Amino acid sequence: MTGNQFTEGGTNMTKVSFKVTVNGRAREATVPPRMLLSDFIRQELSLPGTHVGCEHGVCGSCNVIVDGQAVRSCLMFAVQVEGSEITTVEGLTQGDALHPIQQAFWEEHGLQCGFCTPGMLATAQELLAQNPDPTDDEIREAISGNLCRCTGYEFIISAIRSAAVKLRETDTETTPQPV
Amino acid sequence: MSSHLKSNVIPPSRQREVPRTGMTWIGQSMKRVEDPRILSGKGGYIDDVAVPGMAHAAMVSSPHAHARIVSIDTSKAKALPGVIGVYTGEDLATVADPCPSFAAPPITQHAISVGKVRHVGEVVAAVVAEDRYIAEDAAELVEVEWEILPPNVDLEVAAAAAGDALLHPDDRDSNVALDESFSFGDVDQHFAEAHTVVKRRLRWQRSSAQAIETCGVVAQFDPFKGGYTIHSNSNFYNFIPFVIGGSLRVSPGELRIIPVLTGGSFGSKVFNHKIIILTAGLARLAGVPVKYIEDRLEHFTNSDSHGSDRLYDAELAMAEDGTFTSLRFTVMDDYGAYLQFGVGTHGNAMAQVTGPYQIQSFGMRVMAVLTNKTQQGPYRGFGSEVTNWVMERMVDAAAEELGRDPVALREQNMIQPDQFPYMIPTGNIYDSGNFQKVLEEAKTMFDFDGWRSKARAMRAKGRCVGVGLATCMERSVYGPTEWWSLNNKETPGFTLTSTPEGITVRLDPSGKMFVTLNSPMVGNSPETVVAQILAERLTIAPEDIVFNYSDSQSGFNGVGPQGSRFTAMIAGACVSASIKLEEKLKRFGAHMLQRRPEDVELRNGAVAVKGLKDQEKAFGEIALTSSFFRLSFPDGEEFDSGIETTAVYDHPLSTDPAEDRSHLGIFYPIVGHICHIVAVEVDPGTGKVEILDYTAVHDNGTMVNPRTLAGQVWGGTANGIGTTLSEVFEYDEDGQFTNPNFAEFAMPTANEMPRNFKLGHVETPSPYTEYGIKGGGEGGRLGAPSALTSAIEDALSDRGVKIASLPVTPPILRGLIRDAEQAATG
Repeated sequence: MTGNQFTEGGTNMTKVSFKVTVNGRAREATVPPRMLLSDFIRQELSLPGTHVGCEHGVCGSCNVIVDGQAVRSCLMFAVQVEGSEITTVEGLTQGDALHPIQQAFWEEHGLQCGFCTPGMLATAQELLAQNPDPTDDEIREAISGNLCRCTGYEFIISAIRSAAVKLRETDTETTPQPV
Repeated sequence: MSSHLKSNVIPPSRQREVPRTGMTWIGQSMKRVEDPRILSGKGGYIDDVAVPGMAHAAMVSSPHAHARIVSIDTSKAKALPGVIGVYTGEDLATVADPCPSFAAPPITQHAISVGKVRHVGEVVAAVVAEDRYIAEDAAELVEVEWEILPPNVDLEVAAAAAGDALLHPDDRDSNVALDESFSFGDVDQHFAEAHTVVKRRLRWQRSSAQAIETCGVVAQFDPFKGGYTIHSNSNFYNFIPFVIGGSLRVSPGELRIIPVLTGGSFGSKVFNHKIIILTAGLARLAGVPVKYIEDRLEHFTNSDSHGSDRLYDAELAMAEDGTFTSLRFTVMDDYGAYLQFGVGTHGNAMAQVTGPYQIQSFGMRVMAVLTNKTQQGPYRGFGSEVTNWVMERMVDAAAEELGRDPVALREQNMIQPDQFPYMIPTGNIYDSGNFQKVLEEAKTMFDFDGWRSKARAMRAKGRCVGVGLATCMERSVYGPTEWWSLNNKETPGFTLTSTPEGITVRLDPSGKMFVTLNSPMVGNSPETVVAQILAERLTIAPEDIVFNYSDSQSGFNGVGPQGSRFTAMIAGACVSASIKLEEKLKRFGAHMLQRRPEDVELRNGAVAVKGLKDQEKAFGEIALTSSFFRLSFPDGEEFDSGIETTAVYDHPLSTDPAEDRSHLGIFYPIVGHICHIVAVEVDPGTGKVEILDYTAVHDNGTMVNPRTLAGQVWGGTANGIGTTLSEVFEYDEDGQFTNPNFAEFAMPTANEMPRNFKLGHVETPSPYTEYGIKGGGEGGRLGAPSALTSAIEDALSDRGVKIASLPVTPPILRGLIRDAEQAATG
């Protein structure tokens, strides 16, 4: 990391430069160290698909995949992801086609307002990468850290179950595509 | 019919499309049109909006429940680099007047408080800065000197308060903002003649919708055009200019409100007028476009969308055989610090206050009490979720006192299928229904008799297992009299009687159908519903329809998704538009086919000659010819180029309240019915409730899309489970809101939802709406609390635990069990 002087918030704050790969694309950034990863993704990278619901790490709407793990982007600073590979919902889409998990959410009506959905998709992606054939209880457990106020979760569970079948059948490559 | 209802004449039906089976698109669980763009992260919510030169706002909020503002020092905040301006209530008042109030007489509320604060979280100053981080840093630097006033926390204490404890001493000498009594029918006589009167004191506590997205606004002011351009996630953007133009000192036409995809509402974003006035005012003061998105704490403490918080003293009068004759109650409702919508939540409840039962009269005293809490706003059910619970609690209480089976007592008193349309004592009607069929379906799906014996056997072995059943109404397609009908009749205030919904449909020369909606997508399925209905009515494919949303200047009438109105209302607008389009298409198409309009029909997206297979012109070809080749048609204005129409649908069935308020008229007549049955097990050591089995059967008339309706029912049921078991806003004696976050305000996760949820539908079409559609957006929350409460009481019946207050969180329920144990052992 390299730094340069920057005045913000009434205090001298050194901006920090770092490199990160987001949705397959190498990015270089220079941001204040206190910038949240969620704000970095939304504002600096202009990827608004990552949603901020509570900013205190409970709702899971801001979940993104960092080095294969679903993490709360509101509980990390942007500078902590130096050298990491990040996938956001924009990177899940494969060109013009929805990813099988997104397709399953569409077919099974796994979303209503869609605000929690990117976080749910990240959690589902992590679960299915680790456990390609989860039971309903395992799905329930996996998404119990993601709040949804619209669906009552039933159709989200159906969607993840259906996505697991799709992924097993097609053996789809889940690595992110550049956006 | 009781004589007090004689003047309330039911108007004739305006239904044009009769309910029928075998339709092509209506009734299909089509995948949603809205989803691909949302799933790919490109939905476009309020926080995704950026306009050039935009600055960001952060708020300085009151840490006190009730205090005078002695002084505010903004100098340090203003000196921070990156800060554009810091503004107090007095500053905002130079460009904006107080918020609108539908209470009569109104209660003054400023978007930034002036003089004093009345709840924790109320805004006292706002910072506009280059980014939100700087704005929040600066907000920390604003210094406020306070003079603390006595907080009003308890409902009954607040009602009796005086002196410094008065919330609005300039306007009124009491914290009771409204106290009105009503008698619909011969209430006194029915109680005097009753064989048995069951009495209960019932308490429903405060919570709110807490959609995962908070409220937000991006506003800019153009002094040369004299108006504002505003992005907002309000549900109600086509109506809002008329509500807030006065506050912002511009005409409604000078407000351009642009809708965005909204991340959930459940009522909480119905108006959003305060945050719009606040942000717009800041944009005008700062001279730059301003974005303000509530953080979660601000959404809890300042978003003016807290739900009902009521204390009932209720009485049910019965004849000797258990026939219900009259219901009456006194209700006190803790509305918080202001009264933005009057007692609209009680007006709403008048639509179905007597439930699915034949009850001849109803009486009420309603008191709106002001306290030092965030004020109420809508939350899924808008007050009827509470009266549903009160009614069902009273029926369970009656069954217990009479020694009757609670289900048999319900069946004895239910409205019969041949009694519709049925007018209840308040004057509202139930358009149609078959409650008995819904009940039978639910009992069968649940194996009700089997479960009841199983639960009894389990209780005999010491387990606390119980079964609860609730039969409730789900009013839909609201009429606006609910907002004002309970106001003092000398000062009724805001007396709207129309809730129109409009649509514009244009057949493009390419053959695509471009549809413009006037209500936003808030998690409902407006595009899917319209695609299915237009496809049905005009014989086209849903994928040939392209959707757009108007803004408040380019659009037409629209009232938005609320009061379970949107599907039935937009269906009406679709039918109106289709009738006009069909006429145009036939006129142009017949000319192209060299036929008379009466000899052609719509067939598979074409105008076709009746009885002849190959004689047809596709809509696209007609649109292309009429748009670009005007000279192919005769020279009359009926052949003016292009195929386009704008149409509107007004409320299908409403009447005015009686002037003397002996009835409230018909205002919420399209009524569904629901039966929820649940089995639970209570852990008596911890008070934790586990749901073992759950069945919900809903009758929402003709279903447009069974899967999206199921999503609404499940989601609403999840809200109802939270309301019953875990969600409550906690205030300490100082008026501090102690759990305003997602960690401590416990909304259900996937783990709290029933593992074995069965959903059934009965379809009793409405005789008043197009295709017989009824609304279904609130039903889950209108039924779940009643069924769950009964089940918990049944599970603890051997221990004598009675539930008279919601929620029953584990500590509360454990406390009730402990109290019952101590009472039993003396």
